[in-house]
Amino acid sequence: MDREPPCSPYAVPEGAAHLDTGSLEAPEPAAFVNHAELAILTGMDIERRNNITVTGNPEGPTVVLAHGFGCDQNMWRLTVPALVEDYRVVLFDYVGSGRSDLSAFTRDRYASLDGYAQDVVEVCEALDLKDAAFVGHSVSAMIGVLAAQAAPARIGALVMVAPSPRYIDDVDYRGGFSAEDIDELLLSLESNYLGWSSAMAPLIMGNPDRPELGEELTNSFCATDPEMARVFARTTFLSDSRDDLKAVGVPTLVLDCAQDVIAPREVGAFVQRAVPGSKLITLDATGHCPHLSAPEATNEALTTFLSGLR
Amino acid sequence: MCRTGQQPGPPGAGGEKTSKAAFAALLEDSAEELYESAPCGYLSTLMDGTIAKINATLLGWLGLEPEAVVGRMRFTDLLTVGGKLYHETHFAPLLRMQGEVGGIALEIKQADGGRIPVLVSSVIKYAGTGEPLLIRTTVFDARDRRAYEEELLRGREAAEAARKQAEAARKQAEADRARLQDALTVLQKSLLPDSLPTMPGMEAAAYYHTASVDRLGGDFYDVFAIDGKRWAFFLGDVCGKGPQAAAVTSLTRYTLRAAALHDPDPVTALNTLNKVLHERYSGGDPRYCTAVFGILEPDSATGQVTVRLASGGHPPVLVLRADGTADFLPTPGGILVGILPDPCFAAATTVLTPGDTLLLYTDGITEARTGEDRTTLYGDDALRAFATHYAGKPPQAVIKALTELLDDFGDGLDDDTALLALGVPAEDPPTKNTR
Repeated sequence: MDREPPCSPYAVPEGAAHLDTGSLEAPEPAAFVNHAELAILTGMDIERRNNITVTGNPEGPTVVLAHGFGCDQNMWRLTVPALVEDYRVVLFDYVGSGRSDLSAFTRDRYASLDGYAQDVVEVCEALDLKDAAFVGHSVSAMIGVLAAQAAPARIGALVMVAPSPRYIDDVDYRGGFSAEDIDELLLSLESNYLGWSSAMAPLIMGNPDRPELGEELTNSFCATDPEMARVFARTTFLSDSRDDLKAVGVPTLVLDCAQDVIAPREVGAFVQRAVPGSKLITLDATGHCPHLSAPEATNEALTTFLSGLR
Repeated sequence: MCRTGQQPGPPGAGGEKTSKAAFAALLEDSAEELYESAPCGYLSTLMDGTIAKINATLLGWLGLEPEAVVGRMRFTDLLTVGGKLYHETHFAPLLRMQGEVGGIALEIKQADGGRIPVLVSSVIKYAGTGEPLLIRTTVFDARDRRAYEEELLRGREAAEAARKQAEAARKQAEADRARLQDALTVLQKSLLPDSLPTMPGMEAAAYYHTASVDRLGGDFYDVFAIDGKRWAFFLGDVCGKGPQAAAVTSLTRYTLRAAALHDPDPVTALNTLNKVLHERYSGGDPRYCTAVFGILEPDSATGQVTVRLASGGHPPVLVLRADGTADFLPTPGGILVGILPDPCFAAATTVLTPGDTLLLYTDGITEARTGEDRTTLYGDDALRAFATHYAGKPPQAVIKALTELLDDFGDGLDDDTALLALGVPAEDPPTKNTR
């Protein structure tokens, strides 16, 4: 596959193979497969559906970087350079985010984290990954836990960046938010509704036939169809995955931030306690995106953990 | 009060002085003053969001003193919880990735618990080394704009709801139409025989052309056994279309069948039908039809078939002879069935010998519009001439040729058309070209 996704911010280093489709069955990108009809999707279909980017060292162990709610794979732009030399790096957009195939979005599937975990499993299968390290930011950390359960041979380690298994406070648990707070977020999404127009959809999805349309648009990394954003927001902020944490059976690193309104430190500590054998590092970072606000510290923690896996 | 020098002030009065004073006031509007009292909120934060500088306008909106804010609060502390979440998931990442973010709708919390919808734009200031130093943010009061946007949003939601409703209605209408068509197809079928009976020593073929799938046709035909030796047939055309015509068709078909079993004489059968239709519809909505009714009496000894028929206002049947000729069997004077209490129907008789075929048809074929401008009717003579080419051919071949003719009419054929051919097989397969 020599198509460089038009939105990819990552140059492929010299000698690094791009997505190798030699083992994939489809000889040609099949006529558009409507995911809702549960057609059998080939690796090529998934590659396009989830806007998969493969970069880095093709000989190295594989690291999958998964974005959280809000934006897309561009969130990892400061992380990728720290990995490309030693690791094969896989990036993708969840269906409904970034430049994924928005037509593959179905309310039913993405109304639960399992639907997003299914995306991860399918991405792993499309690339035939084995024992990959899965780095998930925010809600993706929990999606990774579910994906590792569903496809244990595919995912061999987890890095949970600013995770939260439950955002809403509960008895004996402080997630940091009330149900009303989440409703307010949905309203905030709603009020930025006009910033997103359906005319932007083809640009955000990427248009291989007209590369000039692939120009980066201001705010486009985080622009999503408001309907899909609302589904993702509800799925993210209303889920409760606390019970899934104990089942994690792979080496796990939990990264949280010194100051994070979305995932406060006590939540990071909760996750560390719940995941057997996991390690917690609190980054000296503010906000919910340490890989953007404190990239050096984040990369340091990440590469140290990854090299320890070898 | 911002007069320029172009308009001189009143002589000797303070006009010039006033304009000078205004200009001086403008000069006194220092950068500091501009910053503090600008018609928008300004703030500068460290990269971690800690507020380092904030203008008086924004403090006024917030209802806070600078001491409570500077160095003590982060930008996200000014926001509602929903705004905080949106900031962390969208605004902050975009700002980091792009170095600037424009026109994001958020809400700020006021000290008294109120909220102000605002539009926020931020830009990162970088050091010469490319190191991000601080974030500069402007905050615009968006109360009016938000109200307008909400109106637009409500309008759009209403439009979307209306569109969905219209779509549902359209789908329902389509489903209804499909159901109606199914029902009509079933009903139409019930008005015609499923298949023609096998008659020893005879052959039969029929074709029915429906002008519109949406409307029930008014043409009908049937062939059925009377007893071991005789067969009855009829073909006709009910006045009108649609459900009412279909009801008459149904009544006609079963009346003729019953009448034929009671007394197979053709004129008697038509009289019975006339009585039924006339009685049934004399109330005010007269319904009538044209029909040919006949009896086939094969003679196994000679191979000939005697045909006795009667016509009520129907076009004459054509007899296609084995010798290659075709002629109408005249039934003059017969009038429409069901229109008069005591009508007169025309009877006729002929004998079919092997290779002969009797052709019955409705006026859909003779009244098909032909020619460039579709103004000429096909007509009896053209039909007879056409049929002559197929004289001597078995009924199936005749019907096939006529079916193709109907197809060739295209949109010139706008009425239902029924065709029925009854023939005696030739003794030997025809060897000479009868054309």
